[in-house]
Amino acid sequence: MAQLICSNLKLGYEGRTVIEDINFSVNRGDYLCIVGENGSGKSTLMKSVLKLHPILSGSIETGDGLKFNKIGYLPQQSETQKDFPAVVKEIVLSGCLNHCNKHFFYTKHDKQRMADTLKKLGIENLANRSFMELSGGQQQRVLLARALCATTEMLLLDEPTAALDPKAAAELYELIKDLNEKEKITVLMISHNIDSALKYASHILHIGTNQKFFGKTEDYLKSEVGKIFAKKAEGV
Amino acid sequence: MLENLLMYFQYPFVRYAFIVGLLISLCSSVFGVMLVLKRFSFIGDGLSHVAFGAISIAAVLNLTNNILIVMPITVLCAVLLLRTGQNTKIRGDAMIGMVSVAALAIGYLLLNIFSTSSNVAGDVCSTLFGSTSIITLSKTDVIICAVVSLVVMALYLLLYNRLFSITFDENFAKATGIRANAYNVLIAIIIAVIIVLAMNLVGSLLISALVIFPALSSMRIFKSFKAVVISSAIISVFCAGVGIIVSLLAATPVGPTIVTADIIVFLIFCAAAKVIRR
Repeated sequence: MAQLICSNLKLGYEGRTVIEDINFSVNRGDYLCIVGENGSGKSTLMKSVLKLHPILSGSIETGDGLKFNKIGYLPQQSETQKDFPAVVKEIVLSGCLNHCNKHFFYTKHDKQRMADTLKKLGIENLANRSFMELSGGQQQRVLLARALCATTEMLLLDEPTAALDPKAAAELYELIKDLNEKEKITVLMISHNIDSALKYASHILHIGTNQKFFGKTEDYLKSEVGKIFAKKAEGV
Repeated sequence: MLENLLMYFQYPFVRYAFIVGLLISLCSSVFGVMLVLKRFSFIGDGLSHVAFGAISIAAVLNLTNNILIVMPITVLCAVLLLRTGQNTKIRGDAMIGMVSVAALAIGYLLLNIFSTSSNVAGDVCSTLFGSTSIITLSKTDVIICAVVSLVVMALYLLLYNRLFSITFDENFAKATGIRANAYNVLIAIIIAVIIVLAMNLVGSLLISALVIFPALSSMRIFKSFKAVVISSAIISVFCAGVGIIVSLLAATPVGPTIVTADIIVFLIFCAAAKVIRR
């Protein structure tokens, strides 16, 4: 059974349709890359899955025991965070909030989870460092750790490498691949980098004003739209 | 000087003023951190002007307890301003500017036309700069202030982790199932309540100083959210205490004296930050 099923989805702002006829489903352990031109509605689609943005019509359903608030989200970085006084510990712990509906404060279990996650991502030495003084790659790892505290099942990543240099980006991609393979965490990622999308993803969703392609990565490479897109990326 | 001070503190109204001053400065500073980080500090400023307008209306209607009318109006405006910040044709900051000056102008106009008081200019001045009102608080005012402050602080402590999450990253907070919009409304209401209470202390024009200065001072030096909040609370309470005592001894107006203390601390923290960075 699929973890996430989107059917006949239509998305837009204030009655203006940005994208329609979106149909796809994601199974446990999949690595889905969402590709498409700028402004094609990739971020809107991701926000709709997280219920941050209302859908115009169609449906988004979860299955296989997944709950909407148990999805880990790595958003595009916002301006406010760049001068926000907070240490890594405080930020990563805030990912645990979806477990404590009934209590107000973090439990020992939450703190252990935070420590384990930092260790897993190799940033336990940063726990007491100030977030705004970290490098871009370190900041993304911290935000990834926060997302992992919120989920054991599915990660949604909105252009996680957008602001990173190639080396930091490659490291982050490897880290996400490991999480996907070893921890069996389903990954949905918006990516501008077609090379890494084709390299790591098991499935591709290509959207324009409608859905251009959804399927396995190897089939995408054989499809018309896939060939054009891959070639365009090569030319750049 | 100490004897002088002890003499003052024998009067109950001085003690009331002192307690209320410390409580209000505590509440305003901890929420101030959030306001500054959420880029909401302007809303606080706008609301203080709205509160001035509301006080004028209360004065014109000759109400004995003006908190009954000032509180609801300010809370309502807080919720509306927060809503309009998100989705309307007039942008949030322009809207707040508009509401601020409108409330000031209409408030002063109403006072001039309808006021029964013989000293309109004096009334306006004390509402704007809080010159004497802190000393004239009744026991009921003090009790209301104390209860509200304690409730506000209790809410802050209970919701601290969620408020942090919403302030740092509203979208992520929503994605994890925190009802951020409801919390934003709650924050707006609490800010409005704090502002109405703080009017007694420093007057409506100077409230923003209580909200903004301690947070900005702390952010010069401290790098964790918790440290910034604790330091803001200490700075704010300290400055309010010093300000009230100095104003008693030197017979200066309370509000401006407290704000001056906050400014001095801010400058000291700026200098200290430069030294530490070196």
